[in-house]
Amino acid sequence: MQKLLAWIDDRIPLTKVWEEHLAKYYAPKNFNFWYYFGSLALLMLVMQIVTGIFLTMHYKPDTGLAFASVEYIMRDVSWGWLLRYMHSVGASFFFIVVYLHMFRALLYGSHRNPRELIWLVGMVIFVALMAEAFMGYLLPWGNMSYWGAQVILSLFDAIPLVGPILSEWMRGDFVVSDATLNRFFAFHVIAVPLILAALVFLHIVALHKVGSNNPDGVEIKKKKGPDGIPLDGIPFHPYYTVKDIVGIVVFLMLFSAVIFFAPELGGWFLEPDNFMPANILQTPPEIVPLWYFTPYYSILRANTFAFFGIEAKLWGVIFMGLAIVFFFFLPWLDRSSVKSIRYRGWMYKTALAIFVVAFLTLGYLGTQPAAGPNLMIAQVCTVLYFAFFILMPLYTKIDKTKPVPERVTTK
Amino acid sequence: MSEEGVNPRRRRLLVITSGLGVVGAAFAATPFVLSMMPSARAKAAGAPVEVDISKIEPGQLLTVEWRGKPVWILRRTPEMLKSLSADTKVLADPKSAVADQQPSYAQNEARSLKPEYLVLVGICTHLGCAPTQRLQAGAVSGLGDEWPGGFFCPCHGSKFDLAGRVYKNVPAPTNLQVPPYSFLTNTRIIIGVDQKGVA
Amino acid sequence: MKKLLILFVLAVLPAGAFAISEHGPKLDPVNIDLNDNASLQRGARIFVNYCLSCHSASFMRYNRMGHDLGISDELVKENLLFAADKVGDLMKAVMPQDDAKLWFGVAPPDLSLIARARKPAWVYTYLRSFYRDPKSPSGWNNVVFPHVAMPHVLYEWQGDQRAVFKKDAHGVDVFEGFELERPGSMSAKDYDDAMRDLTNFLVYLGEPAKLVRYQIGLYVLIFLAVFLVFAYLLKKEYWKDVH
Repeated sequence: MQKLLAWIDDRIPLTKVWEEHLAKYYAPKNFNFWYYFGSLALLMLVMQIVTGIFLTMHYKPDTGLAFASVEYIMRDVSWGWLLRYMHSVGASFFFIVVYLHMFRALLYGSHRNPRELIWLVGMVIFVALMAEAFMGYLLPWGNMSYWGAQVILSLFDAIPLVGPILSEWMRGDFVVSDATLNRFFAFHVIAVPLILAALVFLHIVALHKVGSNNPDGVEIKKKKGPDGIPLDGIPFHPYYTVKDIVGIVVFLMLFSAVIFFAPELGGWFLEPDNFMPANILQTPPEIVPLWYFTPYYSILRANTFAFFGIEAKLWGVIFMGLAIVFFFFLPWLDRSSVKSIRYRGWMYKTALAIFVVAFLTLGYLGTQPAAGPNLMIAQVCTVLYFAFFILMPLYTKIDKTKPVPERVTTK
Repeated sequence: MSEEGVNPRRRRLLVITSGLGVVGAAFAATPFVLSMMPSARAKAAGAPVEVDISKIEPGQLLTVEWRGKPVWILRRTPEMLKSLSADTKVLADPKSAVADQQPSYAQNEARSLKPEYLVLVGICTHLGCAPTQRLQAGAVSGLGDEWPGGFFCPCHGSKFDLAGRVYKNVPAPTNLQVPPYSFLTNTRIIIGVDQKGVA
Repeated sequence: MKKLLILFVLAVLPAGAFAISEHGPKLDPVNIDLNDNASLQRGARIFVNYCLSCHSASFMRYNRMGHDLGISDELVKENLLFAADKVGDLMKAVMPQDDAKLWFGVAPPDLSLIARARKPAWVYTYLRSFYRDPKSPSGWNNVVFPHVAMPHVLYEWQGDQRAVFKKDAHGVDVFEGFELERPGSMSAKDYDDAMRDLTNFLVYLGEPAKLVRYQIGLYVLIFLAVFLVFAYLLKKEYWKDVH
């Protein structure tokens, strides 16, 4: 066995990679609950790809065949129903995990120096993931698939000058049609998964270069033992491999509970309108995207005023875009001397709490008609959402912080 | 992974957990693997085919489709049946010893349930071409005066007799396949079903 | 962590304040029980005899339905196979869809997924909410689906009923209730039971996998729970090294 390993190592640096990234990658020993979501996100990427491959064996990307092919999978293909539910529930769970993973960064300052690039790559992954989910949702060619895509793609019309031609170019037609379905299929199955895989690889490479952050925001590399190993570090393997397995099993229990007992989750994961085939003559009573897009959908609809010569619809698109763009600037908007929320003052904690409440409220409002009191609340929440970012340089600077320990704490 | 003094409890837990993990992985992989088996749609398309044989004249061959393959039903004349016992020296497998090529009830000289009706899958056992019919005995079939009647594959020259048995010294290795079939009545046969049930 | 929990509760509060508004007619609850095989079989018989003439269930195969409902292929062939040749065929409607579109103005929709798209309560209430309406082309209307093109196929069972409307404060007609003008062959309770069977069947039709997924899920969760115990013990064992 040792000889085989030596033979391989002479040709591919297998042992070196194993040691650098697993057996001798020293991670802080105080990882808590919030640190499970990275490995869970990787699990979800693999799961979506594997279930996706098997679904692609039976799915047909043609407007005349797509809807029927999904029902073919649900009924005629052995265990097809399980593959479908794993993929549809998987998409929602992927977003739950990713949102929690991103929230961890906001808690512990994982986006701060020297980890800005990890954060930026992660944001690109998030955008790619949203594109992947959006395109994947068109594939079943249900009525909500069709109209959701129609609405979102028509937003691009609002862009001045290039809007209409851009929309036409993206759709490959004057309306969402077979051309759109086929290219969304190509992107969803091949292009974006490849991009996601490359980005995730970069994300982990960037992480391992700098080393992981931790709930105390303390840089463990600053305190090393005589052997050069961080005093507060433990090798990722076996300690975090064995811990992550527990996390994965708990996660799989939740995942399985939903798949087997409530795959539609009351319409949150599979919308009832999508069990009707796409009908270009009949719009569903409410066009609602899936839950993970609803906060942004809310922001899109919140703006009803035209000003500075730009119409309300375009402002909606701009704000929706900015809502994501602002995240990219987070490492530089945060002016605190302290990384982790454990040592920050009341201002940041309040700002973050308000941000979370606003985000969740926007999410809920995105599922409701945008009228009456709902509209006003959405507008207030949109302001609060942006205030979190815009005011951040101010309140993080003047916020009173607590002294940060030299070594990590374990509660 | 360090092997120094891995204590017994740790080793035991590792073994049990890994064992459970392997079992779990096997259970998880099963639906994926099974999803690739023929679906209900494939099975429906491959469902047994009922054929009305009452209109077939003696010496005439009817072709039907079963599971995407051509199936021949030949109503043999008494002369055709007589020729089966004559020519066994030129055949590679006159007694149909290769079991895969026919169900047990076709492992006889006529290679059929009832001698009068021959049921064969019309695909050459060499590389899968469709053999042509050369049912007439003698020179008229273009294969020499001694030709007793049978089938000739144009791709590489394989020859089969009027029971689908393959000749010696031709590219095809085995007799033409007899599909599972049974008689529903004297005038209807069903291809794809025999006493064992649906194929 | 405690702060986050408080935060989460606060976040959920505004959501609770906006109860989902009820629009549309009141829907009657229906007891769906896919373990009630006799009910599913009765529903299947109603569906094949009365619905399949116009409506397809084109994603379901006869033999799959037979297998799931405990009806052998032979019994399916004898009792249920009017609209197709082979027991493995898909359940397609008898009426050609182009003709149906001509006669009714709209092609009768495929019903394979109707119970998933509209939900069981809607289907159950719809089947019992037809009423006589001289102004409609078919002579029938429906409280749950106003101006529906479908006539009351089962009127011989339910009888003829009339819908009573009262004008509300805004002058809008509000549905009050039904009045039975001419009784059918079934009592109201028997008709409701039959429609429950049909709705039950339609729920099955929408998702045949529902018959098996609960039990499989239970086994999966049990296995994972056992695995969790050992995975946790293993973690704790290794983490003894880390103070």
